[in-house]
Amino acid sequence: MSDQAVDYHPMWAELGLDLPMHDALLEAVGGMYGATFMTQNNRPEGTGYLDFVMGEVHGLRIKELHDFRKAGGKVVGTYCLYVPEELIRAAGAWSIGICAGAEWAYDQVEQILPRNTCALIKSMMGFKLGKVCPYLEEADLLIGETTCDGKKKAYEELGKLQNLYVMELPQMKRAKDVAFWRSELVDLIAKLEELTGNTITAESLKASIREVNDKRRALQRVNAARAAVPTPISGLDSLLAVQVAFYDDVPRFTKMMNTLADELEKRVADGIGVAPKGAKRVLITGTPMALPNWKLHQIVETAGGVVVGEEMCTGSRYFEKLVDEGGATIEDMLDDLAAKYLDINCACFTPNDGRLDDVVRMARELNADGVIDYSLQFCGTYQIESTAVQKTVRDAGLPVLSIDTDYSAEDVGQLSTRVEAFLEML
Amino acid sequence: MRVLGLDIGSRSVDAVWLEDGRMVDWAVADSGFDPGSAAAVFVDRAAHDAIVSTGYGRHGARERFGGTAVTEITAYGVGAARLFPHASSVLDIGGQDTKVISLGPGGKVTDFEMNDKCAAGTGKFLEVMARALGFTLEEMAEQGIAASTGVSISSMCTVFAESEVTGLVHRGEDRARIARGLHESIAKRTLSSLKRVNAQGPLVFAGGVAKNPAMVALITDGFAGEVLVPAEAQIVGAYGAALSLAE
Ligand code: SF4
Ligand code: SF4
Repeated sequence: MSDQAVDYHPMWAELGLDLPMHDALLEAVGGMYGATFMTQNNRPEGTGYLDFVMGEVHGLRIKELHDFRKAGGKVVGTYCLYVPEELIRAAGAWSIGICAGAEWAYDQVEQILPRNTCALIKSMMGFKLGKVCPYLEEADLLIGETTCDGKKKAYEELGKLQNLYVMELPQMKRAKDVAFWRSELVDLIAKLEELTGNTITAESLKASIREVNDKRRALQRVNAARAAVPTPISGLDSLLAVQVAFYDDVPRFTKMMNTLADELEKRVADGIGVAPKGAKRVLITGTPMALPNWKLHQIVETAGGVVVGEEMCTGSRYFEKLVDEGGATIEDMLDDLAAKYLDINCACFTPNDGRLDDVVRMARELNADGVIDYSLQFCGTYQIESTAVQKTVRDAGLPVLSIDTDYSAEDVGQLSTRVEAFLEML
Repeated sequence: MRVLGLDIGSRSVDAVWLEDGRMVDWAVADSGFDPGSAAAVFVDRAAHDAIVSTGYGRHGARERFGGTAVTEITAYGVGAARLFPHASSVLDIGGQDTKVISLGPGGKVTDFEMNDKCAAGTGKFLEVMARALGFTLEEMAEQGIAASTGVSISSMCTVFAESEVTGLVHRGEDRARIARGLHESIAKRTLSSLKRVNAQGPLVFAGGVAKNPAMVALITDGFAGEVLVPAEAQIVGAYGAALSLAE
């Protein structure tokens, strides 16, 4: 990350980044990346692509966005899985999932948000206030959503700093909620058409539904391979793949993930695994792990376990369900989009029993020995739902460990002890 | 085979020497500023074929002395189950953390909980409170038992509870009743933690705080099953670590 051949400083300066702080961030993330990923043994060759895009995360990829915008293209930043990438792409814009996975500029954040706000939200504000995220600065429009109270209110503050549009997400999943969400999609189309000057057509929408489904299908293949014993790819690399999916070029990423999946399927056929034989297999469920949050995976895999699945927004919730591809008219496709998106099982909804079923089903499909339930501190929705998750998993006969944490390294020692004890118990 | 078990905690370093699975010797030292050196004395003290370390210093010890490492949870589970083969659960209140462990058949850990974030409800908490009351730890326990009712203490945070205790003393509250209240509040917290892991009796109460008669009495009163306190409650971790190799 520091050994880039091209000097991107002029581009970053043009974006108005705080250059010394931005250098410091890149250096820190680069160091973390090296220590976390490059020390793994026996990685599949296909992960080389992930190393490459991470190496260019603020370089080449930003250059692509920069050039796209110079040619008149628009970039839209999103913060939540519910915002449909298909509509953004059908309008000819590019969709970027903004990360918010590191503790940054908290001193400034805490002048605006209370200290007891979840790390994701604090980080979302910190990257903006600290002027260190080129994706944010490339975004012509940010789209927020009314999920949890923390995000909803923080968007009011973020909206003072940047062009932000908020979608109203229902909190239940009845037919009338789906109908309402569909009406929000209609409004979003108008907003996107106004932004880009393009019209969303049945053709463009059909094509983008296909394209984004293809990305999901590629990730499904990668993740299906993890069910094998031994598992052919580490949890860290699998998590990274989904994190990268949020911001990489869609067709290119899909192609590279299919190549990776080919390799993984071959590894499975040959019985090649990444973790030592007998390594305990863990499914993680909970709040999203935005880039560069690799903390829990690293703790588990350093302790000799292996993460075989993530029931979270940076995991199965992102790729498991596809949008129906049968729709011919925009009206049909809006129905399909509304149905697929409201079928995501996030703790902001009530009830959210679908998630409990998903956790048990995934634990079985992926041959997990145990489940770790992961919440960010101060995330009321997931922390409360944790009780039900733990009970469901125990009732299904699987051990469960519940963890509340944030992005800091302060509790790594204690977490390691708990995770090691959990692995010893499995 | 001779196995040395080391439990490197924040307050003490404990050692147990096993010969063919039987304990032949044990020792306890203060951790001081350099627990590694305290442990080194034990490592040099007698010949052994293998070392197993546990406690928060386990990884450091493994690097320094070789051998293997297990967590305190596994070590306490194995140790307690060997001392009391019919044990179903373990409580360990140490210097700076509390663990509750539920055991399945054969002493296998089935669930556990650790309070490891702060000193609330641990040996350290009691030390700070004893000082605030002007008692030794022993006096505080004796007074706590003697008082018939306790003053309720609202905070379990060491920092807040200390000011609360100081305030109560200034107000002229009976120190014995405060002492009882402090023990009661730890017991209450511990009992709810035991409930959360569905701990059944018999419960083995280990760790340094198991030497405190007031705590033992309150836990015994509040727990539904039988409570067993090992004669050398402090060395259960080191004993279990050493045994874990054999098992
Ligand atoms: S956890 Fe819920 S609110 Fe957060 S990104 Fe996922 S769907 Fe959105
Ligand atoms: S982790 Fe929880 S509190 Fe934080 S943004 Fe997501 S839902 Fe909201």
